[in-house]
Amino acid sequence: MFHYYLQLALKSLRRNPILSSLMVLAIAIGIGACMTTLTVYSLMSADPIPQKSEQLFAVRLDSWDPNQPWDEPNEPPPELTYRDAMALMRSDIPSHQAAMYKGAFALQPDDKSVPAYLVMGRISFADFFTLFDVPFQYGSGWDSSADKALSQVVVLGKRANDKLFGGENSVGKTVRLNDKAYKVIGVLDTWDPSPKFYDVNNGAFDDAEDVYLPWGIAVPYQVRTAGNTNGWKPEDIDTYDSFLNSELVWIQFWAQLGGSDKESPAEQKARYQTFIDSYVSEQKKLGRFQRPLNNRLSDVNTFMAEREVVGEDNRVLVGLSFLFLTVCLINMIGLLLAKFLGRAPELALRRALGASQWQVMQLNLVEVALIGVLGGLLGLLFAWFGLIAVRALYGDGYGALTSLNAGLAMQALIIAIAASLLAGLYPAVRVGRLAPAGLLKAQ
Amino acid sequence: MELGPIFRALLRNKTGAILIALQCALTLAIVVNAVFIIQSRIDKMGRPTGMDDDNLISVMSIGFVDDFNGQTTVDTDLAALRALDGVVDATPINAIPQSGGGSSSGFRAVPEEQKQDTGASYYEVDSHALNTLGLKLIEGRNFRPEEQKYLPERTLDYPRAVIISQAMAKELFPNGGALGKTLYSGAKNAYEIVGIVERMQAPWINWRGFERTVMLPLVTTEKYMRYMIRTEPGRRDDLMPVIEQTLNKLNNGRIIRDVKAHSDVVKRAYQEDKAMAILLVSAIGLIVAVTALGIVGLATFSVNRRTRQIGTRRALGASQQDILRYFLTENWLITSVGVVAGIALSVGLNIWLVESYSLDKLDWRYLPFGALFIWALGLLAVFAPALKAARTPPAIATRTV
Repeated sequence: MFHYYLQLALKSLRRNPILSSLMVLAIAIGIGACMTTLTVYSLMSADPIPQKSEQLFAVRLDSWDPNQPWDEPNEPPPELTYRDAMALMRSDIPSHQAAMYKGAFALQPDDKSVPAYLVMGRISFADFFTLFDVPFQYGSGWDSSADKALSQVVVLGKRANDKLFGGENSVGKTVRLNDKAYKVIGVLDTWDPSPKFYDVNNGAFDDAEDVYLPWGIAVPYQVRTAGNTNGWKPEDIDTYDSFLNSELVWIQFWAQLGGSDKESPAEQKARYQTFIDSYVSEQKKLGRFQRPLNNRLSDVNTFMAEREVVGEDNRVLVGLSFLFLTVCLINMIGLLLAKFLGRAPELALRRALGASQWQVMQLNLVEVALIGVLGGLLGLLFAWFGLIAVRALYGDGYGALTSLNAGLAMQALIIAIAASLLAGLYPAVRVGRLAPAGLLKAQ
Repeated sequence: MELGPIFRALLRNKTGAILIALQCALTLAIVVNAVFIIQSRIDKMGRPTGMDDDNLISVMSIGFVDDFNGQTTVDTDLAALRALDGVVDATPINAIPQSGGGSSSGFRAVPEEQKQDTGASYYEVDSHALNTLGLKLIEGRNFRPEEQKYLPERTLDYPRAVIISQAMAKELFPNGGALGKTLYSGAKNAYEIVGIVERMQAPWINWRGFERTVMLPLVTTEKYMRYMIRTEPGRRDDLMPVIEQTLNKLNNGRIIRDVKAHSDVVKRAYQEDKAMAILLVSAIGLIVAVTALGIVGLATFSVNRRTRQIGTRRALGASQQDILRYFLTENWLITSVGVVAGIALSVGLNIWLVESYSLDKLDWRYLPFGALFIWALGLLAVFAPALKAARTPPAIATRTV
């Protein structure tokens, strides 16, 4: 029966090509607009580390200006001062934890004729790799002794290793960074979390760093941050020591609070919250932290939301595109109504020959669904063009955010069919209900 | 006008009319808000920088060797840059305006520290900055060479003279007379305002303090350094590679990066705003097209359905104009309902946008234009079907359809 309805539907679409294509076009434009904005939105707001995003917490302490918060409404700064980060690292509550920052390094190739070039590095603690489930291709990270004492070792990102060593196992080789030789102890496999959740303050959609170095090098080599540094009070900062002792915030801090054999995740988190709150209360006695107690532990997805990783423009566009789709659907309801009422005499004849109301409705709904599928497919094509346009408009940083994947394509098709069925339901029911007698008489 | 009968006839067949009115309402709400957002982005992008953008180049120098000497490097770099053929002037600068990365600090007009500070971007430059950037001095004077300080590590010898932007002067001294006054920062820093420039912007285009700037005659001698260079008109693009080579030759213990035309930096800064505006313009175009086609489709259908009725009216003496007027009036009634609902919806949508996002409150003057637009759109879309109706021959009344 379905096959027969499908044939009838195709015939009906062909009989009225302009009206039919108008409807398909309306659906397609609405779906295309929605899919374009939704793709960018969903890729921006994707969970970058789904296996443990609920166990990883960005740690923030409100060390900001007594007169005004870092950001309204009462947001603490996203990063920590050096001394607070060092104080938190002494806790043994989190199962894993790491303070970290972004640094720039001049990489000097062995071949002296090749000029040095700048690479981005991450200075962090040994736990960094375990904390974020970072995959290794060769070797491993450093052990925690390198975080306390100077140890010139480096972990290379995959891209850097491909460029420097042609993708070979480079463990044991040396790399010259900022005029010093570092021994390669590990090479990462492909790893580019998007959004780059562990440091959204310095480019939420940037690539992961090329080199990873132990915390132990930071102070002896006075490695400054290449990321944003923010301060609320004027301080005389003329030396590296005064920089470290200042109220400037520039260090990201992450802790894993996933519970243990003895306590639940919630208990561990509560214990850690108590720890940071009491640390801040201690500091208050020294005259620091003059704001009300406002220390945050936000898991990955909460943190992304708080830091507004998805741009406001994108959210506005998603909202508008759904209103747009609504207009397209209302349009379709009108056109379908016109179309079905136009063929009421034919339907009346079917009813008179014994078709039930339900069968007539089915017949109409098959046609509606067909329009939905066609509109959905065309809409996918439009979305593809839309994403090309978005990439062209926004530039390089949006490359990874503008690729249509199979999941989203399926979603588009389902939305298209569901939307057109929804739009077609009223016209189909209304026409199905028409009494055949009056219509037959008119013929 | 036969408003009454038309209205009563409409009530007998509400569905199509409601659908059109609803579409008009939503379209009005989307168009009005989109145009409002576009206009605010255009205004934002149109803010003048106060600088000679087209002839400026910015460049970054990062020393990496242990024995890197910042002060010597700055001196030799600047001497070499200023000596280049086609270069008008060059200045060291700690941050590039409009680039997204820089420094800000709090300043105040009174010595008491507890008073809340006014945030301003600060630039560390030398006495060549005004000439290099092409800033317009409206009061006071430029920095004198002897006011220039270097900031070598482990010394604190802050400069005492500052030049500020007009916006900063107005913020701190609303009653005027900022020139010669003292600007305070932190517990002990006090500066004399020696000059006021018409305009100088911060590195962050979305910052509310974007136009507030303080310039200090200070050259830091850290490993990170930036320069801005002004070229003679038309020579910028040729000089970019020359500048890169010159600086590279002077010192190989550093990396020269980000040699950029400043107009590209500005363009890049506003890229998202431009993209948003373009996307919204396309959205408006599409939605207007969809709505217009919807009206055409439904009107055509309603004309077709009433062919006999129209024929009867014609046979009873109605002229073609009468029929045309009937359909135009009917459509006007429908779109008017849409316009009224649409105005309410526009305001509602705007309230949502204002509350959820940092958008401005809608200027009410957009609403009448939006209403006129929807009326025009409706009449235009219905014109062809109405004309078709008007041309219905009276004889059709006697025929069956």
